[in-house]
Amino acid sequence: MTTLSPSTDSLPAVAGDAAPVLEEGHGDYRMFGLATFLLADGMTFAGFFAAYLTFRAVNPLPAGAIYELELILPTINTALLVLSSFTFHRAASELKQERMGRCRWWLLVTASLGFAFLGGQMVEYFSLPFGLTDNLYASTFYALTGFHGLHVCLGALMIMIVWWQARQPGRFTPSEHFGLAAAELYWHFVDVIWLILFGILYLL
Amino acid sequence: MLLVLVGLWVGQNVNMLPVAASSNAPLYDQLFTVLFVIGTILFLGILGLLLYSLIRFRRKEGDLGDGVAVEGNLQLEIFWTAVPAVVVLFVGIYSYDIYDRMGGMIPLSDPHAMHGGMAMESAATGPSDSMPPGMVMAANVPSAVEGAEVRTWGGIGGSPGSSSGALPVDVTALQFAFLFHYPEGDFISGELHVKAGQQVELRMEARDVIHAFWVPEFRLKQDVIPGQPTILTFTPTRAGSYPIVCAELCGPYHGGMRSTVVVHEPDAFDAWLDQNRPATVASAASGLSATG
Amino acid sequence: MTLALPPTASSAPPSLQPEGWLRYLSFSLDHKVIGLQYLVTGFIFYFIGGALAGMIRIELVSPMSDFLQRDTYNEVLTLHGTVMIFLWIVPVVNGAFGNYLIPFYVGARDMAFPRLNAVAFWLIPPAGILLIASYFIAGASQSGWTAYPPLSLTTPAAGQVVWILSVLLLGGSSIFGGINFIATVLKMRRPGLKMMQLPMYCWAMLGTSFLVVLATPVLAGTLVLLSFDILAHTGFFNPALGGNAVVYQHLFWFYSHPAVYIMVLPAFGLVSEILPVHARKPLFGYTTMVYSILGIVFLGLIVWAHHMFTSATPPWMRLFFTIATAFIAVPTGIKFFNWLATLWGGKIALNSAMLFSCAFIVHFVFGGITGVALAQVPFDIHVHDTYFVVAHFHYIVYGGTVFVVFASLYHWYPKFTGRMLNEDMGRLHFTLTFIGFNLCFAPQHWLGLNGMPRRVAEYDPQFTLVNQISSVGALLMAISTLPLLINVIWSAFRGPMAGDNPWNALTPEWLTSSPPPVENWKGPAPLVTHPYGYGVPEGQIDLKGASGKELWTSGS
Ligand code: HEA
Ligand code: HEA
Ligand code: CUA
Ligand SMILES: [Cu+2]
Repeated sequence: MTTLSPSTDSLPAVAGDAAPVLEEGHGDYRMFGLATFLLADGMTFAGFFAAYLTFRAVNPLPAGAIYELELILPTINTALLVLSSFTFHRAASELKQERMGRCRWWLLVTASLGFAFLGGQMVEYFSLPFGLTDNLYASTFYALTGFHGLHVCLGALMIMIVWWQARQPGRFTPSEHFGLAAAELYWHFVDVIWLILFGILYLL
Repeated sequence: MLLVLVGLWVGQNVNMLPVAASSNAPLYDQLFTVLFVIGTILFLGILGLLLYSLIRFRRKEGDLGDGVAVEGNLQLEIFWTAVPAVVVLFVGIYSYDIYDRMGGMIPLSDPHAMHGGMAMESAATGPSDSMPPGMVMAANVPSAVEGAEVRTWGGIGGSPGSSSGALPVDVTALQFAFLFHYPEGDFISGELHVKAGQQVELRMEARDVIHAFWVPEFRLKQDVIPGQPTILTFTPTRAGSYPIVCAELCGPYHGGMRSTVVVHEPDAFDAWLDQNRPATVASAASGLSATG
Repeated sequence: MTLALPPTASSAPPSLQPEGWLRYLSFSLDHKVIGLQYLVTGFIFYFIGGALAGMIRIELVSPMSDFLQRDTYNEVLTLHGTVMIFLWIVPVVNGAFGNYLIPFYVGARDMAFPRLNAVAFWLIPPAGILLIASYFIAGASQSGWTAYPPLSLTTPAAGQVVWILSVLLLGGSSIFGGINFIATVLKMRRPGLKMMQLPMYCWAMLGTSFLVVLATPVLAGTLVLLSFDILAHTGFFNPALGGNAVVYQHLFWFYSHPAVYIMVLPAFGLVSEILPVHARKPLFGYTTMVYSILGIVFLGLIVWAHHMFTSATPPWMRLFFTIATAFIAVPTGIKFFNWLATLWGGKIALNSAMLFSCAFIVHFVFGGITGVALAQVPFDIHVHDTYFVVAHFHYIVYGGTVFVVFASLYHWYPKFTGRMLNEDMGRLHFTLTFIGFNLCFAPQHWLGLNGMPRRVAEYDPQFTLVNQISSVGALLMAISTLPLLINVIWSAFRGPMAGDNPWNALTPEWLTSSPPPVENWKGPAPLVTHPYGYGVPEGQIDLKGASGKELWTSGS
């Protein structure tokens, strides 16, 4: 996550996206680092997915256990999250045209969609007929959606930070806006993970 | 060539295994010999090459020059990619064959159980009145298997009852003992008694944690995993007593979790079986008190 | 200059950091300092892990459980395995040498993310202390380094949870390190330096780091689920609650098999640096070496179930994993034959670094051959979870990787400190270690074949003698660390000055002073396009007809 990379603000403007390695230089590899990190994070999810699919293939639901999912709320939630990817993209393109006001507005919309998603998930959690330890599938359901929810939560907070930072004039420029770009990449990643998760958990 | 001869000699003459006491043990020993020969040849060859280089190409005192600047040799490199590949392929096929002959490739359980979970969909639907029909999904996770049909998860030798004429024994592993239940006679023994020459079918289950059933003289080992009934079939061939060892860490007394398998000659086994039938035991006890 | 620092800081970089020996205890951002921090920490944990191994071997002198309680024995062996893998080998071959050497090799002044690098290192001491402390406070984990459920769910929870926490921290450290290495190798190369001109260790670290990044997160996720099972009483891996214990094994080995290559690929890289220097010859077959590393990385990811041949896996799975596993011998074999060819026709200086490297070749080939045997299902069914396996992996991790660590120490010590190590002490260290090691672990093969399971404090008395031989070997290994320690400490103060390049080597770390200045070179970074450009042209040396044909007919 972004906090792991050196802080954004202190980079000299020359070493921006466009500046590759100069003789003594040190380009900006933070996006590359973030992408590698997301690869690792994705593998964590992959491990969970594999576990879930294996459970499904070999472990029957114990007699009398309840594991039912309803589809309406999660579908709405999915739509919200997909939408938020587009709104974030919109925010970034507003930034490229130096319309900071609109950029911030779209950031706020994105974050709100993220929080709405989390709210929806809470509602779903409380209305489900099974609890964390009821049976294998219940546990797996909560573990998977919970771990993803944690990511959404972090992402939404990150967006709020970026939104706050964007208040300072000159903090993000069309050519130099690592914080925002990182949050965007991360957000898309979380979105894609959700689509896979939705597919195997609810639809399969 | 010398190397090959040495390798063959070592493989034939160095015996590192305990006695072979089941029908698959000789197969195993055959595989072991082959692996041992190949391994010896490869190892001695490389060792020789290394020692030779170290001696032959030692730097002389005061010589500060360099060696030859060879950076590679495609033919050579292809050669030593191909040789291990061939060796490995040969070994793989050979050991597959051995494993097949040991009964390891017999498919476990019925094919239905493998995919059964996916096919069966729970018919239970939730409180659908509050929502439009179809939007409530009973998650189609494999539902509870209705029948009593128990799935076999692994092991050697196929599903229960597949081998007719085999002596069935139910094995329960728990911290820290093996219990052997004989359906023929319905009694429990702390030792495994079997008949030389007759196939045995162990139906194994664990109570608490994972254990492993291992008889070194049979060259057989099978994990016994809670929740996953397992089958192990084998044919003992040599009368005698051999240790049963638990080979999977199962707690503090893992090292003490041992038992014995007694392979009887056929009539001795029947006698043993008779002796232990609950009815016989009762009468034997009374008989004992009468004579004693 | 590290541009990730604020510009103000980079104008006066050293003043922000403590100087002298104090910087080794600080949150330093200098890759060389971090590398040595890793190295020294790693050695401390090596001695702790070795002391634990000593306790194991003392217990096994007699067939009864007398020296240690049975559950204490299990704690000791769990700690031994965990410390040796996660706190000694992985941090040292990756963290220590990686951090020290990679920036030199790519011609950079530091790693791509210096701060992340320091964070990665500083996760290690607390994780290690936590792990060791668990033994004294609540009792350490008793379920082996593999922590198979349901056993790990039923042993005392406190120790197990601390174990999980500590492994999670170490895994995190390893992932951060991996990200850093990938970025440094791929992105920080000096202009004009091509991938195929990099020293082999860079390739090894690149491959390793990909394994780290792909596999370690799976372990992390698995351990989180395991901790849920322990703390929240979920039933992922608990059959009593409808879970599946074998799924844990799959997930665990999906990490832990690649982990064995995480432990050995960097060692391969280090050997590839050491051999050409002391044999005064180019590394043989650079290109095939690179491809074999990539091949090992790929195959390494798809062979995990060979640890589970007796775990009730379906037959097709056993078949697939047998073949895939055995095929790793092919790329690995390429590397070994290339090294032998590197030695062939060289002018070999048989110093301590070279001796340890050659012993590595011998031990690894031996351990690799037993590995290929283990990969055969029918063979493994007999020896799985016995001392045969213990012998296999100690041949590889100790006879292989640890020997390479020693070789590297002798090779790079002059660079680290500016002083030479004593050669005679080095040879004494080698001789004792070599004899002790083989005495300790060779007999264990026989033990496994004849019926001694692993992880037991008590055993069949028929094995007493062989176990005692093995323990004597362990004692020799313990003694052998004395000359090493004396040598390293004494030479740091009294050793003869090394000069910049005592071995006349060509790789870039030798083209600067010893020890190197803060930003590695006083002037611009040198461009080294032929890191192995040793040797005189063919024909100027008469090899007495040592043709390739002879090479291999005498070989197999
Ligand atoms: C650095 C660590 C390391 C490395 C590199 C390896 C390398 C290999 N390992 Fe090992 N292994 C471990 C560490 C390692 N292992 C550990 C720690 C365990 C136990 C874990 C536990 O349970 O606690 C283990 C266990 C283990 C098992 C499971 C045993 C069991 O529990 O039943 C198996 C089975 O297949 C196996 C196989 C192999 C193979 C085939 C290789 C191959 O990569 C080896 C390839 C190398 C060569 C073959 C030599 C060079 C090649 C040639 C000279 C070419 C010619 C050779 C031939 C044609 C054969 N290992
Ligand atoms: C890199 C990994 C590594 C290394 C280097 C070693 C090194 C050694 N190992 Fe270990 N070992 C493992 C990894 C490693 N091991 C693993 C993963 C397991 C499996 C654990 C499990 O089953 O879960 C294992 C298990 C294992 C067992 C099997 C235990 C069992 O199954 O019951 C044995 C038994 O002999 C053993 C012995 C040794 C010995 C004698 C050394 C020696 O080479 C050590 C030599 C070093 C020294 C002797 C240090 C000398 C220093 C001192 C003595 C200082 C003393 C200091 C004080 C007293 C403060 N190890
Ligand atoms: Cu039961 Cu070990
Ligand atoms: Cu492995």
